[in-house]
Amino acid sequence: MAASKNTMQKEPSEVELLLPWHAAGTLNARDSRKVDEALARDPELARQYAVIREEYAETIDLNESLGAPSARAMQKLFAAIDAEPARQSRPLSVASRFTGFFASLSPRTLAWSASLGALALVLQAGVIGAVLMKRGPAPFEVASLNDNESNTRDPGPITSLHALVRFAPDARLSEITSLLDKYQATIVDGSTGGMFRLQFANWTMSRDEFSNLLKRLQREKIVSLAVPTP
Amino acid sequence: MSATQAASDDVLIVRIAQGDRLAMQVLYGRHHVRVFRFGMRLVRDEQLAEDLISEVFLDVWRQAGKFEGRSAVSTWLLAITRFKALSALRRRKDVELDEKAADTIEDSSDNPEVTVQKKDTGSALRKCLSKLTAEHREIIDLVYYHEKSVEEVAGIVGIPENTVKTRLFYARKKLAELLKESGIERGWP
Repeated sequence: MAASKNTMQKEPSEVELLLPWHAAGTLNARDSRKVDEALARDPELARQYAVIREEYAETIDLNESLGAPSARAMQKLFAAIDAEPARQSRPLSVASRFTGFFASLSPRTLAWSASLGALALVLQAGVIGAVLMKRGPAPFEVASLNDNESNTRDPGPITSLHALVRFAPDARLSEITSLLDKYQATIVDGSTGGMFRLQFANWTMSRDEFSNLLKRLQREKIVSLAVPTP
Repeated sequence: MSATQAASDDVLIVRIAQGDRLAMQVLYGRHHVRVFRFGMRLVRDEQLAEDLISEVFLDVWRQAGKFEGRSAVSTWLLAITRFKALSALRRRKDVELDEKAADTIEDSSDNPEVTVQKKDTGSALRKCLSKLTAEHREIIDLVYYHEKSVEEVAGIVGIPENTVKTRLFYARKKLAELLKESGIERGWP
């Protein structure tokens, strides 16, 4: 049966209804294929399609002939914007920064950073393995204390509190944001091969305290890896 | 509109929500002509259409934080424009431009018959497109000029998708009738 209906008294077919969107190129692939096939076998439908293409072209012409607004519209808009009450430029919350950071990445970038993260881990394992193989078995050494060195060295407070963290693949956004809140951390960079660079708010921690914090972080269910970084 | 531009529009909206005036200028530069033309076709008044633009983009400035990204930004803009245009038409008391009245508008320039005499089918088509009801005009514009999908048109106009399809079909049928009255046969229907 022909996809088009010969008389206007009959209800139009589904394919017939889709013709304008096919002409505009806004159909999905499946519908587009369906219309293409119908057009190929139904000359009457093809005739209607030619009429639609004509309407399409003239509608564009008509709209283009309407010109453009004057600069007055823009001036009026920005005068109105300037008259709006000033927005509070409060710093974004940790959660907002996190979601904002991810919002700025395209899905493809996110996918790539995850893949790169996995690749970096594999390479890292390979390099460590190669170094160990090259070194061969370690010579027998006896631990001894050098008299010139103090054995009560005070490491003192550290000046940079950053860590590289990789989250578990199934970690949910809400879990990550609450973890960041819990540790008073902010994501400051995410481009390091799927690893996220966190900055911690508490600058008064000693090395030992920071080391303990990282151990706690590492034990978190949604954290795969947490290592200190300058 | 490309997917890249759609994604970029989303980023602009996030920045606008944070009060970024430059992002507003970029978004305005990108969309104001289409918003103006859509508004112009609805209200048929250049001055009013220009006022609409300011109102539409001011709404964007105010509401950007609430934009959920369920539709393309361009679709959101057209939906706001449509709402503003219909509100403006309702407000206007001096010119009753409701949809029925719009149907009876006569252009001061050549009527379709005269145009046919000039053997200019394209021009006659444009005349007849202008003679359609507001309801039919907007659906033809959204599909052909603004390149909106069935789903997007449904969202902008606020009608079911099947109604979108049949409304466009009957708008085209009406267009064919107007052309026929003007002595132009195009082989359909």
